[in-house]
Amino acid sequence: MAERERAATPPYGGIFYARSQVMDAEDLRRAVTRIAHEIVERNHGLDGVVLIGLQTGGVPLARRLAAALSRIEGIDVPVGSIDVALYRDDIGLRPVIPEAVTDIPFDVTGRTVVLVDDVLFTGRTVRAALDALNAYGRPRAVQLAVMVDRGHRELPIRPDYVGKNLPTRHDEVVDVREDGVDVGEKRGPERPFERGGGPERPSTERGR
Amino acid sequence: MNHLLSLADLGADGVDEVMRVTDSFVEVSERAIPRVPALRGKTVVSLFYEESTRTRLSFELAAKRLSADTMNFAVSSSSVKKGESLKDTCQTIEAMGVDAMVVRHSSAGVPWQVASWVDCAVINAGDGWHEHPTQALLDCYTIRSHRGSLEGLRIAVVGDIKHSRVARSNVLAFSLLGAEVTVVAPPTLLPPSLEGWPVEVSTDLDAVLPKADVVYLLRMQGERQTEALLPSLREYTARYGLTRARARMLPDDAMVMHPGPINRGVEIASDVADLPGSVITRQVANGVAVRMAVLFLLLGQGPSGPLSGNQGPSGNQGPSA
Repeated sequence: MAERERAATPPYGGIFYARSQVMDAEDLRRAVTRIAHEIVERNHGLDGVVLIGLQTGGVPLARRLAAALSRIEGIDVPVGSIDVALYRDDIGLRPVIPEAVTDIPFDVTGRTVVLVDDVLFTGRTVRAALDALNAYGRPRAVQLAVMVDRGHRELPIRPDYVGKNLPTRHDEVVDVREDGVDVGEKRGPERPFERGGGPERPSTERGR
Repeated sequence: MNHLLSLADLGADGVDEVMRVTDSFVEVSERAIPRVPALRGKTVVSLFYEESTRTRLSFELAAKRLSADTMNFAVSSSSVKKGESLKDTCQTIEAMGVDAMVVRHSSAGVPWQVASWVDCAVINAGDGWHEHPTQALLDCYTIRSHRGSLEGLRIAVVGDIKHSRVARSNVLAFSLLGAEVTVVAPPTLLPPSLEGWPVEVSTDLDAVLPKADVVYLLRMQGERQTEALLPSLREYTARYGLTRARARMLPDDAMVMHPGPINRGVEIASDVADLPGSVITRQVANGVAVRMAVLFLLLGQGPSGPLSGNQGPSGNQGPSA
């Protein structure tokens, strides 16, 4: 769910305020290791397995998974990244900007592609990724690994590997970083300086 | 909905944003099937009141690669021949439901006028002597992709500055991105005043070449020159043409650029146009990707895209996926 995090970064959205931490760095490390083991188990090894991270949140996670797979099996699986902006279904409804150049330095045809993202939410980003993947070839199978499944699916998409199932409200925001996972909320840029208690109007709003 | 009329509207940040997004479209263009569904259902019409090869084809290809529908308007076979005015023509086309008009006209300011008549996005594809913003964007992108950045580069823009919309847009873009621009031309081909242009002026190409990182040659625009500005084209070539001998004066890694169409043997020698330092065909290839970026940034962003003026970030309150 890279989109959500992108929308939370200026200038396009509000600012993320963490309310509580749901995973710390150790939890994340253990989840990555477990998912890596599951990938090996499910695919009976790593023959033909490649990882593709979804820009932007899935990319560092894909690299961490690859490192874990390398520790477990001693094999370096190819890692790519994919930007799905041009395949989204909400183009024209809100600002959609490609964040990074897609980089898939291998042929996906005949491979087992594990798509990796940080948060699974509506499933629309994954749908776009499946579409985008088509442009690069015909994988033998596509699997989905996410660190957090927060529910609220709007499409028939389910993950094959999950770090943590985290029930959320629809308007909450889940923020996955290298060192932990926070749940909180995004506040609009119209009140970016408000924190906790008393509202403090940003200087640009003064005098209106 | 917003427009791309002048490079000045974009500013340095806007140009940077177009450059950054263009990287993604270069990647799309290099695929086996260079097509994305990004602008499905959008219609782009090119309204060319002046002849063009690369700009028109490049916009059309860009729109097609974004899965937009394209329409072509050729003045010679249209109702313009029956006397239909520009305004009526634009409103007729708009009534058919188009999302963007790519406008080229021999009079300066026409794209602004069109933008005031229609609700769809208007892209200036060249208006008279005035501006040609997508050319400037693709040239900036080409230099950036070879040299990393334009900051501090010495760029010589050589030739018919007076009649060149490419010169006006490019000088603006190059200096916005931090390059040091020198315009080189015979006095008769310089504008009456260069006040406000962020450039050095020279009439001596041989003095400029040895320290130029980029030499940007302009086409000798015979069709715009209504008076005798040059004794002869041969004399122009002798003093301002990039001959093989002059090309040897350039630093080894210098880039040779030209917006096309080339007058071989006039502003550039045939064999120089084909030298390794020449990126003229690269410019054309990048033109498609840059125009994809421009179309996508104008049509794919909804009400609060990055090219839609100073609305600030507050426009984006809708739910994201």
